[in-house]
Amino acid sequence: MIELEWYLGVSAILFTIGVLGVLTKRNAIVVFMCVELMLSAVNISLVAFSSFMGDVHGMILVFFVLCVAAAEACVGLAIVIAIFRNNITADISKINLLRW
Amino acid sequence: MNPMAEYVWLVIAIPLIGFLINGILGLSFESYRKRKTLIGSIATIAVFIPFLIVFSIFMGMTSESEAVVVKLFTWIEAGSFSSDISYRVDQLSIIMGLVVTGVGSLIHLYSMGYMKDDEGYWKFFAYLNLFIFAMLNLVLGNNLILLFLGWEGVGVCSFLLIGFWYGDMAKSDAAKKAFVYNRVGDFAFLIAMFLVFKTVGSLEFDVIFANLELFSSDVTFWIALLMFIGATGKSAQIPLFVWLPDAMAGPTPVSALIHAATMVTSGIYLISRFSSMYVLTPEAMLIVAVIGGLTAIIAATIALTQYDIKRVLAYSTVSQLGFMFLALGSGGFIAAMFHVVTHAFFKACLFLGSGSVIHTMHHVEHELHHHGKDVHFDPQDMRYMGGLKKYMPSTYWTFLLSTFAIAGIPVFSGFFSKDEILAFVFNAGMGQYGYIYLGLWGLAALTAFLTAFYMFRLTLTTFHGTFKLPVKIKEAAGAEKYLHESPATMTLPLWVLAFLAVVGGFMGVPDFFVTSFGIDAHINWLHGWLDGVTSDVPLVLPYSIKWILVALAIAVAVSATMLAYRKYDNDKGEATDAAIQERFGSLYQVWTDKYNFDEAYEKTVINPVATFSDRVLAVFDIKVVDGFVNAIGGVVRFFGSLLRFMQTGVIQTYAIVFVIGVILVISLLIL
Repeated sequence: MIELEWYLGVSAILFTIGVLGVLTKRNAIVVFMCVELMLSAVNISLVAFSSFMGDVHGMILVFFVLCVAAAEACVGLAIVIAIFRNNITADISKINLLRW
Repeated sequence: MNPMAEYVWLVIAIPLIGFLINGILGLSFESYRKRKTLIGSIATIAVFIPFLIVFSIFMGMTSESEAVVVKLFTWIEAGSFSSDISYRVDQLSIIMGLVVTGVGSLIHLYSMGYMKDDEGYWKFFAYLNLFIFAMLNLVLGNNLILLFLGWEGVGVCSFLLIGFWYGDMAKSDAAKKAFVYNRVGDFAFLIAMFLVFKTVGSLEFDVIFANLELFSSDVTFWIALLMFIGATGKSAQIPLFVWLPDAMAGPTPVSALIHAATMVTSGIYLISRFSSMYVLTPEAMLIVAVIGGLTAIIAATIALTQYDIKRVLAYSTVSQLGFMFLALGSGGFIAAMFHVVTHAFFKACLFLGSGSVIHTMHHVEHELHHHGKDVHFDPQDMRYMGGLKKYMPSTYWTFLLSTFAIAGIPVFSGFFSKDEILAFVFNAGMGQYGYIYLGLWGLAALTAFLTAFYMFRLTLTTFHGTFKLPVKIKEAAGAEKYLHESPATMTLPLWVLAFLAVVGGFMGVPDFFVTSFGIDAHINWLHGWLDGVTSDVPLVLPYSIKWILVALAIAVAVSATMLAYRKYDNDKGEATDAAIQERFGSLYQVWTDKYNFDEAYEKTVINPVATFSDRVLAVFDIKVVDGFVNAIGGVVRFFGSLLRFMQTGVIQTYAIVFVIGVILVISLLIL
């Protein structure tokens, strides 16, 4: 039997990798991928808890998260395309109009 | 009781409404400003209706009527101090109310004709109504605060009206001068008010006069003196009179109303109102009398040398006000009020008459320009006038009648009031400080002589002889065809005022005129009317002395008039002026230079204050005050420049901060 802690550890590591990616990557698409990674890590954690506690509520929440992730990815990519059209770059460190 | 007295607040409210109507409509609507007859009518009615109300209140009163106090609402309530808007109807305030609204309505009517061609017509009438409102507050108020409100209000209106043609720098300077000198006096008045409040805890007249014993003699002296200093500012006495001649820069109806009939008499009203306090300090009364007497003679000597007709009348006003203060200082409060009333009649008539003359001279200048003659002259300079009596008969006759009044020729009004003043001064010469009062009496008699002399100089030079303009300026030949009489809206008030100047004296014919023949009658109506509200000093002179004084007054007036006729009639004016100049030499120069009061103030007060402001206060303002404010801004900018690097504009920076925050919160929750 794989213990619960292992699942949570995997989830935590994946989440951390996702956070680091969001904070450091310069390509907008890669940042989105890392955001999806973060969401997936949370899904793993939810499923693990649901399975080990016998409570089905966790799985239902996973469905919600998946839906929202999909919608959010669509909207975000649409914004990236709009930025790309104006600035010809997908490098988000170059989008700094609100700078001092 | 007097049912009409309850409506006294209407007397105050209606001019205010007139001001608001003309002011707001004139300010907002271009089309309204063109409706000059409507504007003028509204304004005149807004003063005439109060006159009718005051008159009916007056008819419902007797000399024994109690004072009626009409309280409108509580204005100030601050701790233990409270003050109401309440108006007092008593014999003294009603007399002043009659003068203000009566002469005021006549001058409003006159202004309808005089200011006809002026663009700011609506503003003029709005200001005039505001002035009447403030002046009525002054005379009808039942406490010192409301009086002071009116006091300041008339000062403001005086400023607005003197500087009415503010495009001319000299005129707005004159307005400023009037206001600043008034303010100096007001400061003294304020301190007097503080002293009163400190002693009795209230500024209501009833409370003050019921508790006169609470005032120590020192405090009474200072209050009296400080109030008098306030009066010297408002009523143009030494040392604060220098604004009045400059105030002639305003339109002539303003000079007539404010600087002859009403505002300048507020100082005399104030002292009469406080007569019961003044009789407790003979020292303060002496100071009042001395300053009044000195002002009278000094102003009279200056008037002798002036050629601008309005300046002569201005200095004449200062001199006559000096007479009134001389009366107050000698304990003749009723005599002073009598002179206020008669002076309002004849001086307003004289000013309006001079306005009529100036109006015509302006017209002459315009017509000459119209016909291509480039002629420039001062339309107020009497040396260009002369012979106007056949072109302007109404103006001439009313002016002449008023001149007889001011000269003190019997039985015109000025004779009775001036004679009563002289009697009181002589009477004071029998009491404490008698020698000083007798000296003042001598000065007053001399001033009366000069008054008649310079006033006839003015009248004869202006109206008799030949018209001098074409003689002095060759291009203006034939200019007399442009001379014309003024319209009826201007001559009607002249006739009414002249009539009052002739018969007005009969309200105060002294009792001894009949009692010295054994008839026991009280023919002095004004004395009986005001006796209950003022604290006149009793006249202790025997009948023989009184008759001698009357005879002396008549002799002075008649001799001065005859001398003036001999010297100034038939174009002898220039020669006479030159002869006087030669006779008095450097003294004449002193008179022409107005005793150098303005120059003295310039050197001793104005220049030091200006230099001090420039060198010290301006530097303080720029370096210290502005520097402090700028420094605060500088500090904010400094910290801003440090903190602004947080705003990189890159989203990931913000995300990093976000994550750090989350970590912090979670660690705080765990630990």
